[in-house]
Amino acid sequence: MTRRHKLTLARILIAFALFIVAELIPLPGIWKLCAFLVPYFLVGWDVLWRSLQNIAHGQVFDENFLMSVATIGAMCTGEYAEGVAVMLFYQVGELFQSVAVGKSRKSIAALMDIRPEYANVLRDGESVEVDPEDVEVGEIIVLKPGERIPLDCVVTEGSGSVNTAAITGESVPRDVTVGDALVSGTINMNSVLRARVTNIYADSTVARVLDLVENSSERKARTENFITRFARVYTPAVVFAALALALVPPLALGQPWAKWVHRALVFLVVSCPCALVISVPLSFFGGIGGASKRGVLVKGSNYLETLSKAAAVVFDKTGTLTKGEFHVSAVHPVGMSGEELLALAAKAEKYSTHPVARAIAAAAPAEPEDASDSVEELAGLGVRANIGGRRILAGNSRLMEAEHIAAQGGDGDGTVVHVAVDGTYAGFVVISDQVKEDAAPTVARLHRMGVKAVMLTGDRRASAQAVARELQMDEVLSDLMPQDKVSALESLMEKTSGAVAFVGDGINDAPVLTRADVGLAMGAMGSDAAIEAADMVLMDDRPSRVAEAIAISKRTMRIVYQNIVFALAVKLTILVLGAAGYANMWLAVFADVGVAMIAILNALRAMKVDGVGQ
Amino acid sequence: MKKVFRLKDLDCANCAAKMERSIRKLDGVNDASVNFLTQKMTVDAEESRFEEIMDEVVRLCRKVEPDCVICR
Repeated sequence: MTRRHKLTLARILIAFALFIVAELIPLPGIWKLCAFLVPYFLVGWDVLWRSLQNIAHGQVFDENFLMSVATIGAMCTGEYAEGVAVMLFYQVGELFQSVAVGKSRKSIAALMDIRPEYANVLRDGESVEVDPEDVEVGEIIVLKPGERIPLDCVVTEGSGSVNTAAITGESVPRDVTVGDALVSGTINMNSVLRARVTNIYADSTVARVLDLVENSSERKARTENFITRFARVYTPAVVFAALALALVPPLALGQPWAKWVHRALVFLVVSCPCALVISVPLSFFGGIGGASKRGVLVKGSNYLETLSKAAAVVFDKTGTLTKGEFHVSAVHPVGMSGEELLALAAKAEKYSTHPVARAIAAAAPAEPEDASDSVEELAGLGVRANIGGRRILAGNSRLMEAEHIAAQGGDGDGTVVHVAVDGTYAGFVVISDQVKEDAAPTVARLHRMGVKAVMLTGDRRASAQAVARELQMDEVLSDLMPQDKVSALESLMEKTSGAVAFVGDGINDAPVLTRADVGLAMGAMGSDAAIEAADMVLMDDRPSRVAEAIAISKRTMRIVYQNIVFALAVKLTILVLGAAGYANMWLAVFADVGVAMIAILNALRAMKVDGVGQ
Repeated sequence: MKKVFRLKDLDCANCAAKMERSIRKLDGVNDASVNFLTQKMTVDAEESRFEEIMDEVVRLCRKVEPDCVICR
């Protein structure tokens, strides 16, 4: 509670005591009113004052104004006690609400607070405490036990373990030693480490993550926008209904004024849309906060909403479902030795960053570079190289077809790289990848949630099908060039009635991430382009996070709908009862502040994600 | 130019929405958002008149929610 809250609480308590006194002393007519006016003004002066201010500013339908009219109206119809009590009750509710929202706001914000406060930099042999933003690349920082790692860096001295939960959601500490990269935002657990900074603060993981999370509430979900629009219509509508209720029966049917004015006042009290306006964004905020605790960063509540409606999840194969760690598993030379073939392929692939190329380069002994060598990369096909005067082609069967070279074999598991030298076929190398341990359980979990799992890959049909069968995917789209991936996704989106999510690691698939209803980038430590293109970012590279994210989104939406239905149902009931004369103002105040309280407490559940959908 | 301001004592979600709407209508403001949950306000406005526009924003906010303070 802040000082302001305490002050309000004190005022409410004193006013309540005075109210009891006024209720107990027997006083005649006008004196009774005076006795009640003391606690009334004490507890409600700010409400009255603000409604006057707002009228001067032309803001009529504001809750202060409505409460003022309702309570003054009650006084005028002779219900002194009710007028004071309603104002008291309203203030208690407002106080509760303010404290609860403040608390929950802080606890959700704390979930996301991974900003490092300082960095200990070694300068002139001494450790100096500076702002992380003032540290340059290449400087050595000292990391003490229990401290948050301020910048991305590489260990140069010492070894220990690091808790990456804040960034990846992974709770098992990771052991690190000299040469290992440390990710900013994670926590050094038990030993003193020295590390060389590899990124300035602005480019560090922690800054990128914070940037993403802080801007997340700017993209609002449809439900959220609907509530804002609804609130703008709801209040005036209820106020006019109240006016009609107060005027029509007495004027048209000759009913008693006091009775109908009193009923109309009940309407005014329930006309504030606060419960909805607060609890819906709070539920989304809680869901986003909870997801970030599990290593899933969401760029906006609209994406959470869309993901909850996902009918199909499309996975990129390499690096997403498989580890993306390739190694050469077979060499089939034609007209030369195996070593010779591998050496030629390695020379051609030496400059490529494609994981398959890296595997081939790693399998052959390194050789000195020759300045006359030239290599041209052909996206989706392979490489064309000029090495030591020989023209080498290394790539898939489509490359061989394009160059009119008859390729042989090429069946079995894994990716096949064909090699041709000076226009003659020289054989092929098979590179295989391993499926991630939690890929199959993830697919099973998606099926249980009624979500289709689709695999998208540039691999040949045979090897793609082998992986798909192992994982029990519903559909496989294989043999796709990078540029075909978007159209493959689009045709899938057309025949799917719900939303389609795409999960990729951002290598070659940034356009697909953008095109999908929801794009999830995996392994955010990697590519900036992927983070930029994606709608959600999975901080580690486990596919199970996808199922978890869907479970969290579904749960958040459930809470949002619960709050909307609950708040509207209660208010509507009170309106009907009020019009019929069965609801008094007490009940109406409950409908207003009580419902808001309950909705806020319910919204808080959205941030508790432990064990969701397991 | 886009700038983010911290808000103190922004107590009501409906007021935040009202503030956002009225700031957006200001002359020279390209975009604005008031975030009740993070208690932050983002104003994107003409750079040359930014301070002047911000004075207007502060005045508007005081009108909607007198308790709320914009930390400039």
